[in-house]
Amino acid sequence: MSLAQNSDEAVTIAPRSRGRRRWRLSPQAVSWLQVSPLAIILTAFFALPTLVFLIVSFYDYDRAGIYPDFLLTNYEELLTTPATLRVYVSSLKFAFIVWGITLFLGFNIAYFLVFHVHSRTMRTILFLACAIPFWTSGIIRTIAWIPFLGRNGAFNQGLMAVHLTEQPLEFLLFSPFAVCVTYVHLFTLLMIGPIANSLAKIDPALLEAARDAGASRWRTMVDIVIPLSKTGIALGSILVFTQVMGDFFVVKAMSGGQSASIVSQLATEIQAMQYPPAAASAIILVLFVALMVGCMMRVVDVRKELVR
Amino acid sequence: MSQPKTPLGGPPATRRTVIKTAIGAVAGSGAITGFPTLWAQNIKDVVIQHNGPPVTAIGLIGEQASKDLGFTVRMQASENADLLNRFLTQSSAIDTADISLPFLKYLIGRDVLQPIPRARVAHYEQSMPLFTRGKYPDGRIASQQGVAPFGVLYAINAEGKAFAKEETEWLNGIPSVTNADTLGIRPDLVSRPITSWADLLDPAFKGKTALQDQPSVGTIDVAMAVEARGGLTYGNKGNMTRAEIDKTMAIMREVKASGQFRSFWTTFDQSVNLMASGEVVIQSMWSPAVSAVRTRGISCTYQPLKEGFRGWGYVLGMMKHLTGLKRDCAIEFANWYGSGFQGAVIARQGYYSAQPENARKFLTAAEWDYWYDGKPAAEVLNDPFGKPSIKPGEIRDGGAFMQRVGNIAVWNSVMDEDRYLTRKWNEFITS
Repeated sequence: MSLAQNSDEAVTIAPRSRGRRRWRLSPQAVSWLQVSPLAIILTAFFALPTLVFLIVSFYDYDRAGIYPDFLLTNYEELLTTPATLRVYVSSLKFAFIVWGITLFLGFNIAYFLVFHVHSRTMRTILFLACAIPFWTSGIIRTIAWIPFLGRNGAFNQGLMAVHLTEQPLEFLLFSPFAVCVTYVHLFTLLMIGPIANSLAKIDPALLEAARDAGASRWRTMVDIVIPLSKTGIALGSILVFTQVMGDFFVVKAMSGGQSASIVSQLATEIQAMQYPPAAASAIILVLFVALMVGCMMRVVDVRKELVR
Repeated sequence: MSQPKTPLGGPPATRRTVIKTAIGAVAGSGAITGFPTLWAQNIKDVVIQHNGPPVTAIGLIGEQASKDLGFTVRMQASENADLLNRFLTQSSAIDTADISLPFLKYLIGRDVLQPIPRARVAHYEQSMPLFTRGKYPDGRIASQQGVAPFGVLYAINAEGKAFAKEETEWLNGIPSVTNADTLGIRPDLVSRPITSWADLLDPAFKGKTALQDQPSVGTIDVAMAVEARGGLTYGNKGNMTRAEIDKTMAIMREVKASGQFRSFWTTFDQSVNLMASGEVVIQSMWSPAVSAVRTRGISCTYQPLKEGFRGWGYVLGMMKHLTGLKRDCAIEFANWYGSGFQGAVIARQGYYSAQPENARKFLTAAEWDYWYDGKPAAEVLNDPFGKPSIKPGEIRDGGAFMQRVGNIAVWNSVMDEDRYLTRKWNEFITS
C-alpha cells in the first residue's frame, strides 16, 4: 500500500485521487453518452430501416421474391401513374383543411384554458377532459363515428325526427366530410397541448402592460400572444400535418375505401407482395414530409424557441 | 434416419402402414420388441405446426387431431399477406398448412413445399374430381378460368419445382376445402329479383353497392358483371391480358365516378356492417359474412346468379423441411384431415369438404341435408362452436352442393399481370 514513507493521510488520499482521475470522462465523452440512448434508438429504428427501404426501392421483384438490382422503374412507375398525384393532392387537401380547423379550435381552447380558467384544479380537470378520449384507441374513436353518421345512423335519424330533412343525408358517411370530422376529433388535442404549453410561458404582466398601454384585445392578440405562442403553433402543426400525411386507417374506414391515402396505396402493394414499389413509395413520402416539415421549421425555429 | 418408402401403386396408406413405415424409419432394421410402446413414445413428442387462415385453422380441429393421432397438432391462424409471408420466409417454423390455390402460384418453384406421393394420400379417390381431374362427377369439364384446382394440384416430380398439366404421382397438396362465392344482397331492400352479376352495376343501386378492396377479387367480380351485361368478353377473367385490364378499369372508373359504389371493404366485419346497416344492398361477400348478417335478424341472401359462381379452394400442403418420422406424422395428419372430422367442422360454417362423403360420416342427417343437399333444416343446426345458427325450415342459398359447386364460372386468382393489375387498381381506387 504505502509506496513511500508518507503519513497515513497522504497514503489514503493518493490512491483515491488516482482512482478518480482514471474514471473521469472528458466533457465530450459525457455529451456522447448523453445522446447515445436517443442516437441508438433513432439509428436502429429509423435510420437503418429507412436505409433498407432506400436500397429495396431500387430492387427488381416478381410475384414472390425481390432481387438485388439498381432499377429506376419503381420510381418511374410511381411518379408517372396519375394515382400518385391524386393521393398527394387529396392528402394535402385533407392536411390543410384539418390543419386549419384544428389550429382554430386548438388555439381557442388552449387560450381559454390558460387565460380564462383561473383555478388550477379546474384547469387540470378541463385538460383531463380533453385527454380522456385518448384513453381509448384511435381505431375505436374512428369507428364510433360510423353508426353515428351512417345512412340510418343516429344523426340522420335525429335530423329526420325533427323534420329538418326528409331523406337521410348521404354525404355524412363514407365521404371526405366524414374523414375530416374524424381527423379533427382525433388530432385537435395535438394542437391544444403544444399551444397551451407556450401560452402558459407568457408572463401575464406582458398582457397587463399591453392593456395599460392602450392596446385593444385584437392588438394584444396579434402583437403579443400569437408571436409568443408560435413555437406551440408550429409544433402542433407539424404533429397534425405528419399524422394526416401518414394516415392509413381513417381514410380507409371513413371514406369507405372511396378515397385512398398515400399509405393505403402502399398497403395495397404490400398485400400484393410487391415490396420494391412500396419501398419507393415510402421513400418519396418520407422525403415529401421532411420537406414540408423543413419549410415549417424555416418559418419558426422550434429548437431556439424550445430552449427559451 | 432413412426415408421410408411406400411402393407406388400399393394399397393406399392406412394408419397401420404409416405406423409400420415410421417404425422402420426410427428403428432401422434392428430387432424390434414391443414396438407399439416404442411407436407411441416416439410420436408422443412430435408436434405438427399447422398454419392457415382463421376460417380453417380452427383450434378444435387441432385438438381432435391430437386426440386421434397420438401426437400434437397445433393450429396457428394468420391472414392474407401475413400468411403468405410466413410461407415464403419462415416455412421451417411451419409443418403443414392450408394453402389457398392462388398461393400455390407464389410457392411452387421456391423450395417451400414438398409434393406428397399420391400413393400415400389415403382419400385420393374420395376427393372431388373437380380437384383431381378438373371435371364434375357427371363428366362435364369444369371452368379453368383463374387459378383452377386441377391446374395447380399436381407437381411434375418429387422435387415439385413446377406444375404438371396432367395427373401425376405427386400432389402439391391434398384437396381440403372449397366453396362457391357470389353476391350478397338485402332482399328486403333491392325491391326486385336479382338474377345476374350485371345487377352489381345497375344504376338502380347507385350508391348502394360495394366491392372487396382487393385487386384480383374486386376486378374479377366487376368482370363477371361487365361480361354479364354484355359489351365485353374475356378470354380468361381470372388471368386477363393488359388490354382486358385496361378496358375493365376504364369501365370501373366510369362506374365509380357515377357514384355506384358506396364502399370498398377490406375486412370481414366491414362487409357485415355495410350490409347490416343498409348502407349497401348488393355487394361481393363471403358466405360466413352473410350468416353473420342473418344472425342479427336482418335478412340477407347469398344470391346464386345465372352466370355462375366465383370458386375458391384450399389444399393441405407439406413444408419442404419435413423428413423422417415428422414427415410421416405430417402425412398421417394430412390423411386424417381428409377423413371427415375437419370436413364436418367447416361444413357447419358453410364451406365444402373436398372429400364430401367422408365429411358426411361426421355430420348428422339433418346437417347433411341442409348444408349439402339444399333441403330445409329439419332442426336447429349449430355452427362449428356449438352456437345455434340455422333455424328449422331454413334453406341454404343456392341449393344443393352440385348446384353451387357445379356451376363455377371463374376461380379466385392471381394473374400473370398482377404487377400491372395492382397499379391499375390503385389508380381506380384513387380516381
